[in-house]
Amino acid sequence: MNATTTTLRGRARVFARAHINTDEIIPARYLNTADEATLAAHVMEDIDPEFPATVRAGDIIVAGADFGCGSSREHAVWALRGAGVQAVIADSFARIFFRNAINNGFRVIECPGAAAAFQEGDDVVIDLAGGRVCAPGRGIDLAFVPPGEFAERLLAAGGLLPYVAGRVQARTAPNEAAPAGSEAGAAQAPSRAPRTSPARERRAPAGGAGSTPSNALTPEQRSPQEAR
Amino acid sequence: MGGVMEKARARARAGAGEIPARPRPDAEQDGAARCGGRRPMTITEKILAAHAGRDHVVPGEIVDVELDLVICHEITTPPAIRMMREIGVTRVFDPDRVLVTPDHFVPNKDILTAELSRRLREWVKEQGIPHYFEIGNHGIYAALAPEKGFIRPGMTIICGDSHTTTLGAFGCFAAGVGSTDLAAALATGRLWFRVPESMRIEVRGRLPVGVYAKDLILYVISKIGVDGARYRAMEWAGEAIAALSMEARMTLTNMAAEAGAKSGIVPPDDVTLEYVRQRTDRPFTVYESDPDAGYVECVEVDASTLEPVVALPSLPSNGRFISEVEPVPIDQVYIGSCTNARIEDLREAARILRGRRVAPGVRTIVVPATSGVWRQALAEGLLATFADAGCVVSTPTCGACLGGHMGVLGQGERCLSTTNRNFVGRMGHPGAEVYLASPATAAATAVTGRITDPREFLQ
Repeated sequence: MNATTTTLRGRARVFARAHINTDEIIPARYLNTADEATLAAHVMEDIDPEFPATVRAGDIIVAGADFGCGSSREHAVWALRGAGVQAVIADSFARIFFRNAINNGFRVIECPGAAAAFQEGDDVVIDLAGGRVCAPGRGIDLAFVPPGEFAERLLAAGGLLPYVAGRVQARTAPNEAAPAGSEAGAAQAPSRAPRTSPARERRAPAGGAGSTPSNALTPEQRSPQEAR
Repeated sequence: MGGVMEKARARARAGAGEIPARPRPDAEQDGAARCGGRRPMTITEKILAAHAGRDHVVPGEIVDVELDLVICHEITTPPAIRMMREIGVTRVFDPDRVLVTPDHFVPNKDILTAELSRRLREWVKEQGIPHYFEIGNHGIYAALAPEKGFIRPGMTIICGDSHTTTLGAFGCFAAGVGSTDLAAALATGRLWFRVPESMRIEVRGRLPVGVYAKDLILYVISKIGVDGARYRAMEWAGEAIAALSMEARMTLTNMAAEAGAKSGIVPPDDVTLEYVRQRTDRPFTVYESDPDAGYVECVEVDASTLEPVVALPSLPSNGRFISEVEPVPIDQVYIGSCTNARIEDLREAARILRGRRVAPGVRTIVVPATSGVWRQALAEGLLATFADAGCVVSTPTCGACLGGHMGVLGQGERCLSTTNRNFVGRMGHPGAEVYLASPATAAATAVTGRITDPREFLQ
C-alpha cells in the first residue's frame, strides 16, 4: 500500500470455521516448491476443492478464530497471495501465520465477530485508517484490532526483508557489498516485497509496498498487538 | 535444587566467547536487583531481556533479540536462502551459530525435494557452516540438536518450523518462525519478538504406569484448546515434571505448538544439567522464574488421576481418556516424529511389541527421530524386536507425519500415530483419519489392530 491507499475493497470469501490450519491452506504435499503460482493452484483445496478455480484477484478471505494455526510454513501466505487474495480478515490469528503475513507485507485484519457477520460474496471494504471493516448495503460496520505501530512500520516498508536489507547494508564494508546492479540495489527502494512470480502479476494492489522504507525502526516500542 | 545447580550458576558466563558484551544476569544478581525494586520476571522474560540487552521486559512489548542458534532444514530454508540473495546478503551472521540438517523428506523422495536438499547442501558449503548433519548422521532437527549438544539452558533459538518449541525443554526461549524471519535471522543474528505472556502448567503427583508425557500434553490441550496458549509461553512446573526425563519433557514442549503457544519451557534442574553436560562443555546460563513473577493463567493438573489419552480426528484438542474411546479398527500405526521417536519412546513401544506380532493387516511403521537414536535402537536390540513383530523401520525423517513419504495415508484409511497433528489431510488423503497417542498406546494398538489401552500389556 502506498501512503495514500487507506481503503481495501474486495469480494468476501467466507470460511467461517475456527482453527483453519496451514495444512488446510496449503497441504504439505505441495511444500516441494515455493513458487507462488504453483502453490496458488492448490490453495484451500482440502476445505473447498473449487476454491483455487473460483478465487479472483482482490478477493478478501473472512474466517473464524485462530486462522493459520499449525505448521510455520510461510507457503500459506504465499499461496494466498499467489491466488490474488488481497487480505484475510479473521476473528483472530495464530501467531506464526500473523507474523509471516506482516513480514511479507500481506494484510491481515483481526476483527472479532467478522466470521459471523459476513456472507460469501459480500462487498467488503476495509478502512485501514479508520480501523473499520464494512459491507456497504448490508449494514455491517465492525471495528478491527489495530496491528500496532511496529507492524504498521513493517507493512509500510513492504515487509521485514526490505528493512533487514537496509540494516545489513548499513553495516557491510564496501568491499563486501553486493555488486552494483545486483538485486541488492532494488531492495533499497522496496516498492514491493522482493519476491516475484507470475502469480504476483495478477495480484490486486494490496497491503505491501511502502513509499518510504522505514529503517529507523526502534524495536523497543510497546504495542498491544504487534505483529505478535 | 542441588549442588549441581549451584555450580552451574557459578559457572554461568555471559555466553563466554560466543556473544561478547551481552549482560546476562546470573541468579545472584537477579536476587539483588529484585531487592532494588525490579519487577519480577518469568524465566522467559529473563532470557528475552538478557538477549535484548535490557534489565527487564514486560509482556506485550516488542524487543529485538540476539539469537544464540538458528536451525535450518530443507523445507523452509531454501526460500530463506533465496531471500537473502535477493537483498544482497552474502554471508550468514555467524556460521558457528547455525545448525543444518535435511530432515523432512529424506532421503530425497522425488526430484523437487532432491533439489531442496541440494540447494541446502550447496549453501552450507558456500557459507562454511561447520554444523551440518548429512544423511546417516542426520535427524529430525528438534531431536538432533539436543542430542548433539547444541542446546543449553538460557539460549535463544529459532528455526523455520513450528515445533521449535521442543527445545524449550532445556530452559531456552525457542520459537518457530517462517522463512522471511529465518532469512532476517540468518542475515543479522537478531529477530523481533513480542514478549509473550507466560502461563503456568503446574503438574503435581506422578504419572501412573502406562501414562506418559504424551498423554499429559494431549490432556492439557484437550482442556485449554488448540488456541488455549495462543501467543503465550507455556511454562511447566511441579513434581510430575521434575520426575520426567529430558526426552519426555521434549514431548511436552514440542506440542506447545498445538496449543498455539509461542514457546514452551521447562526450567532447568539437575536432570537438564546432566543431559547437557554429557554432550557439551560450552558455558551456559540458568534462569529461573521469580517466585512472584506474573502469569496470565495457571492450569493445575493432578498427574496421578490421568489415563492414556487419544486425540480423535481432526484436532489435537480432541483428546479423550482411552476408557472413553471406541476400540475402532486401525489400518496403520505410525511411531515417529519430533514428538515421540526418541530412544525412550522406542523402548516403550518395544516393551509391548517384544515377543508379539502386529495384527494382520496393520501396517506398523517405526521411524526413529535421529541417526543416533536409530543406532542406539540397533545396539539395544529394539530394531530386531520391531522387525520380529512385523513392523517396518525407516531411516530418520519427518516422513508421513506431514504427509511427506514413508506411510502416506489413502482415502478412508485410519492411522493411530505418535505424531503431533491430526488435521484433515495432514498425513495424506483428506479423507483419511488420524488418531494421536503415545508410543505405548501405538504399540498396543498395533498388536490388536484396534485402539487399545497399553496398560493391558503392562501389568
